[in-house]
Amino acid sequence: MTPILSVDDLTIGFGGAEPVVSDVAFELAQGQTLALVGESGSGKTLICRTVLRILPKAARIRSGRILLRGRDGETDLVRLSERRMRDVRGDRIAMIFQEPMRSLSPLHRIGNQVIEALRLHRPVSKAQATDAALRTFERVGFPDPERAFRAYPFEMSGGMRQRAMIAMAMITKPEILIADEPTTALDVTTQAQVLGLIKELQAETGTAVIFVTHDLGVVANMADQVVVLNRGRVMEAGPARAVLTAPAHGYTQKLFAAAPSIPAAAAPVAPPPGRDLILEIRSVSKTYRVRGNAGWRSETLVHACRGVDLEVPRGKTLAIVGESGSGKTTAARIALGAEKPDPGGAVIFRDAKGTEIPVHAMSRSERTAFQRKAQMVFQDPYSSLSPRMRVIDALTEPLEIHEIGDREARRERAAEMLAMVGLKREMLFRYPHAFSGGQRQRLSIARALTLDPELLVCDEPTSALDVSVQEQILSLLEDIRDRAGLSYLFISHDLAVVARIADEVAVMRGGLVVEQAPPRTLFHDPRHPYTRALIAAQPVPDIDRPIDLNLVAQGAGAPDTWPEMFRFGQDAMPGLMELEPGHKVRCHA
Amino acid sequence: MTILRYAIYRLFTMLVTLWIVSILIFVIINLPPGDYLSNQIAELRSTGQTAAVDQAEFLRREYSLDQPLWRQYLIWAGFAPGPNGFSGLLQGDFGWSFEFDKPVSEIVGGALWLTVLVNLAAVIFVYLVALPLGVLAAARSRTWVDYTSAFVGYLGLATPNFLLALILFYYGNRYLGLPIGGLMDPAFEGQPMSFEKMKSILLHLIVPTFVIGTSGAAAMMQRLRANMLDELSKPYVETARAKGMSPSRMLTKYPLRVAFNPFVADIGNLLPAMVSGSVLVSVVLGLQTIGPALLAALKSQDQFLAAFVLMFVALLTLIGTMISDVLLMLLDPRIRYEGRET
Repeated sequence: MTPILSVDDLTIGFGGAEPVVSDVAFELAQGQTLALVGESGSGKTLICRTVLRILPKAARIRSGRILLRGRDGETDLVRLSERRMRDVRGDRIAMIFQEPMRSLSPLHRIGNQVIEALRLHRPVSKAQATDAALRTFERVGFPDPERAFRAYPFEMSGGMRQRAMIAMAMITKPEILIADEPTTALDVTTQAQVLGLIKELQAETGTAVIFVTHDLGVVANMADQVVVLNRGRVMEAGPARAVLTAPAHGYTQKLFAAAPSIPAAAAPVAPPPGRDLILEIRSVSKTYRVRGNAGWRSETLVHACRGVDLEVPRGKTLAIVGESGSGKTTAARIALGAEKPDPGGAVIFRDAKGTEIPVHAMSRSERTAFQRKAQMVFQDPYSSLSPRMRVIDALTEPLEIHEIGDREARRERAAEMLAMVGLKREMLFRYPHAFSGGQRQRLSIARALTLDPELLVCDEPTSALDVSVQEQILSLLEDIRDRAGLSYLFISHDLAVVARIADEVAVMRGGLVVEQAPPRTLFHDPRHPYTRALIAAQPVPDIDRPIDLNLVAQGAGAPDTWPEMFRFGQDAMPGLMELEPGHKVRCHA
Repeated sequence: MTILRYAIYRLFTMLVTLWIVSILIFVIINLPPGDYLSNQIAELRSTGQTAAVDQAEFLRREYSLDQPLWRQYLIWAGFAPGPNGFSGLLQGDFGWSFEFDKPVSEIVGGALWLTVLVNLAAVIFVYLVALPLGVLAAARSRTWVDYTSAFVGYLGLATPNFLLALILFYYGNRYLGLPIGGLMDPAFEGQPMSFEKMKSILLHLIVPTFVIGTSGAAAMMQRLRANMLDELSKPYVETARAKGMSPSRMLTKYPLRVAFNPFVADIGNLLPAMVSGSVLVSVVLGLQTIGPALLAALKSQDQFLAAFVLMFVALLTLIGTMISDVLLMLLDPRIRYEGRET
């Protein structure tokens, strides 16, 4: 069979600099899925934009051919005139993008933006286009297509927006669909559903798909062919099964080693014995009043946390897992005293000497002591370091604030911290922009450690990083925990990351803890439908363990669609039952 | 429905603001010691003209200048009865100008509408010039189109308005036969509106509009260009390109639509800047707007005239912001539907 698209010898560069993509070649067969896999900077995004010729202004195609064979013969997309290229875009090759939040115009209705794609390429009336759009909406799983048609993007959740993007791409029945990390910005259960949808549509329409991703788990679920990229070069290419089961190239093997995964089957473990707690969160609730931006709107209440009880034992890691909006970050902020809980809740911190500090009723001296002992590592290492402060200033600043040591001692401490996180002493005098994402996250960790804390709150510390870097940071965090006797409160949306680092996991949904257990117990015997959905939705880089969409569908819906035993509404909810020692589930007895 | 509720809400806040502004204006105007009449009385006393002193004393009582300040304010605004019952701004009595010895309404009557006209023309000019140039400069950023429009724009910003006025008058008159000074042919002054008078006003408007509007247009153009450039790098623009839209259609449908919001929001800022900016220009160009009247009134502590002019400017500003707020609400569904049940 002749491939529908072949890319030959493609080289792309910016200005006169070294090419960022060199000699890339691959072929896409009719109805198949080709995965372009690589970390940030591998050139995968640039390649798929080149196919549509929507490159940034400064980028130049230095050499190569992109041959599209289809309805009307063979065309070289690199040499096609801009005018004719416009007929290819959206009609023969459609694209969906990474961020559904920002890839739709905020000021135009969804319906308007979708039918536009059809009307640009087909001589259809508005009514016909609307009909087609409504049918497509129904197909991509909108419960109420008419409503979606009239809605604005900001009125929809991320998953729904991505469905709208898919509808927009598929309405012209293109021969090729390019999906650029279409699920990276989505929650894991939503990701599973969107991946399932793309597969179904592909089977129905016979569209060929180029799937760009950094996630080997997603590759295992989607791809027929795999192309592994590193620094603009193809490292390895071949059928998915071959590449995934027996990666030949060293780089691919490295990617596999780094990919976190949930252990396939694990034995339950006995609950830890009597506890020395460093942090206790007692029946903490948080209600936000959301006011319209002016007095002419009534206010609504948002329950970010509802009756959360959590305990962090000294020297252990408690992980809170949940999708966006589950209340996990609010819980962490309350634990650090950045926010006050509703009356009735309390957070107690116990330092190594056993002194109790009530985090939300601290005296001035208690506050200073608490700030020294509890520190935070943030999600985005790019925005959590001031670009105008040298590393040494960022690292010594906490010491200055707490008036610890003299100038020399502070410097010494900063250098020591750098060594601890695996960076070199010479880097003290550089600015953050000189560091990569992973190095910056090491800096953030070093900064959090300078005050010699006992508790570290990590808010998704690895989710902005590449897989191989993520692996290094997790190792570092484990290593530091064991060496310095730290305790972690670890916030994440990623079960696989948590599986590795946590001693206990609390799964949150809608402001409530729905299940809580040590990770091995949790993965061996998840009881709650939502936990099961989370585990099932996690893409695993094993081609023989595809995502079970049924399990995902059962637990990912709203809490009032769960089985009778677990169901809860806005007001009434079941309590947290201890099924076996150390394993708690929110259900009716 | 939401729009209507919002408009009513905005109208209400506007009235409250206007009320607070009126207090501020009154207090500020009365900050310098003395007033027009007491200055005059002192002068008359020293020259021994007792008859005139009596008349001035009468005026003082008539306009309650002998009352404490807070009572003066209440009487002026029309919240409390003066010597002749309720007669203040609320009742449509704008007070007496001592300098011109006429009721304020007579002095500013015609000038009010000419002021509105001149500034409206300038605002329209600003938008007509800035919109296409700003979009063009953004779409062709870093090419000669962009640089030329930026150069012309900066020239417009940097040239003092009165200088620009003189230059334009000279060349306009010399090569195009445009009239110099004033807002209409002197023959039409005080005449009822007619087609000829209208034509004369429009001809006279050309140069003032240009002079008052240039710097605003230049600033606005640069702002629009910056907004457009921001929007052009957003992913939804890429989506539109990937759909196969032509560049011009894509530009006007998506980024311009978003960049338009700050553009609209600027109406509120533009009006007061223009009104106050045009005071000096009006003096130089001899326009019969309220600008020259305001200048004269402030110099001679002619308090009712000054207060009225300032109130009028405040009202224009508030109306401007209100219009832009309501327009924004109409244009931007994010504001309109925020918090709508999904």
